[in-house]
Amino acid sequence: MTFFRRYAQHYGALVGLAILSGVLLVALLAPLIYPVSPWQGVGEPLLGPFEDPAFPLGTDMLGRDIAAGLAYGARVSLLIGVVSTAVAVVIGVSIGALAGFYGGRIDDLLMRFTEFFQTIPAFAMAIVLVAIFNPTIASITLAIAVVSWPPVARLVRGEFMSLRSREFVQAAVVVGQSGPRIMLTQILPNTLSPIIVTASLMVATAILTESSLSFLGLGDRNMMSWGFMIGAARTMLREAWWMSVFPGVAILITVLAINLIGEGLNDAMNPHLRGRKG
Amino acid sequence: MDMQTTPLLRVDNLSIPLPAGLDRTYAVENISYELNAGEILCVVGESGSGKSMTANAIMGLLPSYLKPSDGRIVFRGRDLLAMSEPELERERGRSVAMIFQEPLSALNPLMKVGEQVAEVMLVHGEGDAASRERRVLELLDFVGLPDPASLRHAYPFRLSGGQRQRVMIAMALALEPAMLIADEPTTALDVTTQAQILELIRRIQAAKGMGVMFITHDFGVVADIADRVVVMERGLVVEQGVAADVLNRPQHPYTRRLIAAVPHREDGTSRTDAGGETLLEVKQLSKTYRSGGGLFSKARVVKAVDEVSFSLRRGETLGVVGESGSGKSTLGRCLLKLTDVDGGEIRFRGQDIVPLSPGAFRPMRRHVQMIFQDPFSSLNPRQTIGRILTDGPVANDVPLDRAQARARELLGLVGLEPSAFDRYPHEFSGGQRQRIGIARALALDPELLVADESVSALDVSVQAQVLQLLQDLQRKLDLAIIFITHDLRVAAQICDRVAVMHRGVIVECGPPAQIFDAPRHAYTRQLIAAIPGLAWNPRQAVM
Amino acid sequence: MKTLDFLFQRLVKAAFVVLGVVILNFLLIHLAPGDPAAVMAGEAGAGDEKFIAQLRAQFGLDQPLWWQLLTYLKSVLTGDLGFSYRNNVPVAALIMERLPATLLLTASAFLFSLVLGVLLGVLAAYKRGKLADSLIMTGALVFYATPLFWVALMAVLVFSIHLDWLPPFDMESIGADYTGWARFADIAYHLVLPTVTLGLFFTALYTRLTRASMLEVMSLDFVKTARAKGVPKARIIRRHVLRNAVLPVFTFASIQAGQLVGGAVLTETVFAWPGIGRLMFDALLQRDYPVLLGVFLVTAAVVVTVNLVADLLYRIVDPRIEAAG
Repeated sequence: MTFFRRYAQHYGALVGLAILSGVLLVALLAPLIYPVSPWQGVGEPLLGPFEDPAFPLGTDMLGRDIAAGLAYGARVSLLIGVVSTAVAVVIGVSIGALAGFYGGRIDDLLMRFTEFFQTIPAFAMAIVLVAIFNPTIASITLAIAVVSWPPVARLVRGEFMSLRSREFVQAAVVVGQSGPRIMLTQILPNTLSPIIVTASLMVATAILTESSLSFLGLGDRNMMSWGFMIGAARTMLREAWWMSVFPGVAILITVLAINLIGEGLNDAMNPHLRGRKG
Repeated sequence: MDMQTTPLLRVDNLSIPLPAGLDRTYAVENISYELNAGEILCVVGESGSGKSMTANAIMGLLPSYLKPSDGRIVFRGRDLLAMSEPELERERGRSVAMIFQEPLSALNPLMKVGEQVAEVMLVHGEGDAASRERRVLELLDFVGLPDPASLRHAYPFRLSGGQRQRVMIAMALALEPAMLIADEPTTALDVTTQAQILELIRRIQAAKGMGVMFITHDFGVVADIADRVVVMERGLVVEQGVAADVLNRPQHPYTRRLIAAVPHREDGTSRTDAGGETLLEVKQLSKTYRSGGGLFSKARVVKAVDEVSFSLRRGETLGVVGESGSGKSTLGRCLLKLTDVDGGEIRFRGQDIVPLSPGAFRPMRRHVQMIFQDPFSSLNPRQTIGRILTDGPVANDVPLDRAQARARELLGLVGLEPSAFDRYPHEFSGGQRQRIGIARALALDPELLVADESVSALDVSVQAQVLQLLQDLQRKLDLAIIFITHDLRVAAQICDRVAVMHRGVIVECGPPAQIFDAPRHAYTRQLIAAIPGLAWNPRQAVM
Repeated sequence: MKTLDFLFQRLVKAAFVVLGVVILNFLLIHLAPGDPAAVMAGEAGAGDEKFIAQLRAQFGLDQPLWWQLLTYLKSVLTGDLGFSYRNNVPVAALIMERLPATLLLTASAFLFSLVLGVLLGVLAAYKRGKLADSLIMTGALVFYATPLFWVALMAVLVFSIHLDWLPPFDMESIGADYTGWARFADIAYHLVLPTVTLGLFFTALYTRLTRASMLEVMSLDFVKTARAKGVPKARIIRRHVLRNAVLPVFTFASIQAGQLVGGAVLTETVFAWPGIGRLMFDALLQRDYPVLLGVFLVTAAVVVTVNLVADLLYRIVDPRIEAAG
C-alpha cells in the first residue's frame, strides 16, 4: 500500500502511467479501429492534417492513413520494447548474479565478457546484427537485447557483491544453505527494486533503438512502425511535414511516459528513503 | 562584558520539532544548559537522545526540514538562532568550530589537507598566502602530525583515521575559536587512537582556554575529560552537573541505569576452570591477503592471521580482543570457513576442518554458529522472523513443522514475544534484532558460538542486556563462545580467558585478572592504558 | 598499482576488445543465412562467380573453420578489411577517407554536449527547486526521450526549410572551393546543425547525471565540514562539490563515446554528412556487407582508443586512483 502511495506522490509518474495506458489501449484496439492494413492506401495522397475528418492526421504520398500507421506502430514499439528488455534482463541477471556471487575467476571472466559488449558501439552492433540476419521482428528484438544487457549485468553484479558480504547472507552460509539457494532466496529478492527500475528505463531505450533501426530501413517489412514512417517521410519533408512530425511525437511521448514511470518507481522504491534507522 | 559570570554559550529552552509521522514530536524539547569558557562540557546520551541535534542547531547546520520552534542559543550575548546565514558564516570557523565523528568522510577527498586547513583562514580573510602557509605548518605540528611540510601536500586518503581527525582539529583551531564542538570525534577510532585524540583535545583546551562541548555516548570518555556533564534521554535533559557528581552520585534513574550498564571487569566472577573437554583446537592458523600487483609492481601482502594457536573447552568463553586490522574478525571468519585458510589446523571435536571442501563441511556447519555485528544488516529484510529462524534447520533436513515449533520456543528463550514469528525485521529495535540473531544461531543447537563484535553496535543499556542473555544461555546450554571485540572492558566482563591480538598475532592470552593486573606484553599494556575511564569504577557509583 | 602496470593492463584489454570484434565479425559472416562467400562479396559482388571463387581461395573457405579464422585474422591484422565490389575500392581505403568527417562531427558533438550538459546540470543543482531547475530538468526530460534522427529532421524543417538559416546537407558548400579560413568557416557553418542535433540527447543525459551527482556530493560529510568552517555556499559549490561531482560524469561520458558514434550513423544519414555513418547507411541499402563489418570494426577501435585515453587522463585528474588501483 505504502508503495502505491509513494508512487502516486510523484505527479509526473502518474502522468506517465496515464499516457502509457493510452498508448497501450490504442495498440490493443488498432485492428478494431482500423480494420484495413496500415500499408494500404485508403484515401487521397498527401492530405494534410485536419483536412478530411476521416483522416485527422492526414495521409502519406500513397494515401495511407497516418493515424492508422501510428496505431499499428504502437504495437511494434511496445512489443519489441518489452520483449527485448525481458530477454536482456534475463541475460543480465544471470551473468551478473553468477559473477557477483562467486567472484574470483568466474567474476573476472564474465566481467571481461560484459565489458566487451559494453565497449563496442551498441547501435552499430545492432545495425550489423539486424542487417546480417535480415530484419524480422525476432532478429530486431534479439539484436536490441544483445546490445542492452551489459548495464543490467553490471548492476546485478554490484548488488550481489555488496549483498554477498552482508551479514544476513553470511548467516545463510553459516547455517548451511547451498549457494544457489542463497542466491535465489536471500539475495535476488533484495535486488528486485533496482532491477525493476532499470528494466523500465530500458524499455524506453529499446523503443528508441527500434525506431532508429526501422528509420534506417531495418524494420520488419510486415509490420508498420513509427521509425519506418519517419524514414519514409524524410524525402517528403518539404512537402508533407505531418508525415514525420506525428510519428516523432508518438515516439517522444511514449518514451517520455516510460521514463516518467521509471523515475516514479525509482522514487517509490528508493532504498534510502526507507530509512535504515527508522 | 564580564566573562566570569556570563557563560560562553547558553542554550535556553530550545525545542526542535520533528517532521510529522515519527515516533515523537520533538527532536529536543525545552532543553537548557550552559557552557563556560575554559571548561569541557560532555553531552552524553544514547542514540536518538538528540545530543547531536543541539550541536548542529548551534552551528546552524540543521537540515532544512528541522527548524527550532522555541528558545534561544545565546553565544557571547547574541542569539545564534536570530542570525542571518551570512552572519553565521562569519561566526563559524572563526569563533565556533566543530569536528565530526567520521574522519574518513569529513575531509574533501580531492583537496590537499594543507589547503583545507588554509581555507578556514582564507574565507575569513585572515592573512596572506604566505602567512597562511606558515600557520598551516604550525597547526599541523601543534596537533602532532609528523612532517607537516610534506603532509600538507597529501590528499586525505593517504592519512589514517587518527591523522585525519588531527587535521580536522588543526582546521578547527586555525582561528583560535572561543568554542569547539566535538561530535563523537573518537567513536570511529581505535582505542589507542581515541586515547591520543582525547589527550590532544584536553591539551589544546587547556592551552587555548576554549570552551569545549564534547558529545559522546561513552561514560568512560566522560570520566576522562569532562568538567561538567549533561545527560540526555529522548530529547530531554534529564540531569546535569559537575562530572564527579554525575558519575559517582547519579540522581536520575536513567543516568543510574546507563552507569550501571557501563561494561566493567567484574571482581572475582571469572571462572578459572570453566568447562570440560576440549572442543576446539587451533594450531598455527594463517591467513594472508594479497592485493594489487602486476608485471611491473609487487603485490601488497598482509598477514591477517599469523600462526595463531589456541584451544577452547566446552562451556568456556574466550575473548579475542584487538583493534581494527588486528585480524580478529578474519580469525572468526576462518573458524567458520567463510574465508579460505592458508595454513594450519582447526580441530573441531578432534577433526581438522581446514582441508574439508565447502560441500563436505556444510553438514558440520550446524555445530558452529555465528552471531553477527550489525543488527540491521544481519537479518534479511524481506523475510519474516519465522522464515529467518527456520531456514537453517530446513537446510539441515529438519522437517518444517518441527523447525517452526522450535523457532517459537527459541523466541521465548531469547526474551521475545511469540507474535514476532510472523513479523519482519524492520519492526524490531536493534537490541531485539540482535536477540533474533542469537535465536537463529541457537536454532541449530550448536556447540560453539562465534560472536563477532556482537554488541558493539548497540547502546550501552541494550548491550548490557544482550551480554546478560548470552551468559545465561551459555550456562543453560553449555556453549563454548568465542567473543570477538574491540572493547577490552566488555571482554573483561564476560570472558573466562582473553586473547589479545595485534597485527595477526596473539600477543598474550590469559584470564582477565592476569591480563589486567599483570599484562606481560607491551601492546597489552598500551591497550589497557588506553581504556577510557580507567580510573573510574562505575560499580562504585552511589545509586 | 603503478602506472606502468595500469598502462599495460589497459592496452591488453583494448587489444582484446578489438580482437573480439574481429572474431565476432568472422562469426557473423558464418552464422548469416547463406554462403559465407556471398556475405563477403556483398550483394553486388555475389553475382560475379570469378570474384566469389577468388574470395573462396583467399579465405580458404573450403578449409576447416579454425583455419578460416586464422586466415581472416591475418588479413584483418594486415589492414585488409575486404573489398567493396560495389564501390570497386578496398574497404579500408573507403573507411579511411570517410573517418575524419565522422571524428570531426562526434568530437564536436561530444564537447558540445559535455560542456552544455555539465553547465546546465550544475546550474539546476545550484538552483534546486527553483524555476531554473524545473525548466532545465523538463527540457532534459524531453530531449532524453526524443529520437536523434527525428530531432535532426525537425531541425532541418525549421532552421533550413522554413527559416533558411543553416544548410541542411553536406559538409561543405558544393562547388565553392574555399580554402584556408573561408573553408574552415564554411565547414563550421555546415557543422552546426549536425552537432547540435547529435549532441542534444547526450546533453540531456549529462545534465541529468550532473545534477544527480551534484546533489549527492552536496549531501556528503565534507560539505558539512566546509559549512562548519564558514565557507559561503557559492564557494562550497565551486571548490568542494564541483570537482567531486563532475569527475564521475566525465568517466561516464567517456564510456558513452561508443553511443555517440552509433548516433552519428543517424545524424550523418539525415544530413548527408560524408562520414562512416553515412557510409554504413549506404552499405545497408546496397547490402555491401564487407563495408558494414569494416565500419563496425573501425568504430569499435575508435571507441576503444577514446576510452583508453580517457582512463589515462582520469588517472592524472583523480589522485585517489593510484592508491586504490
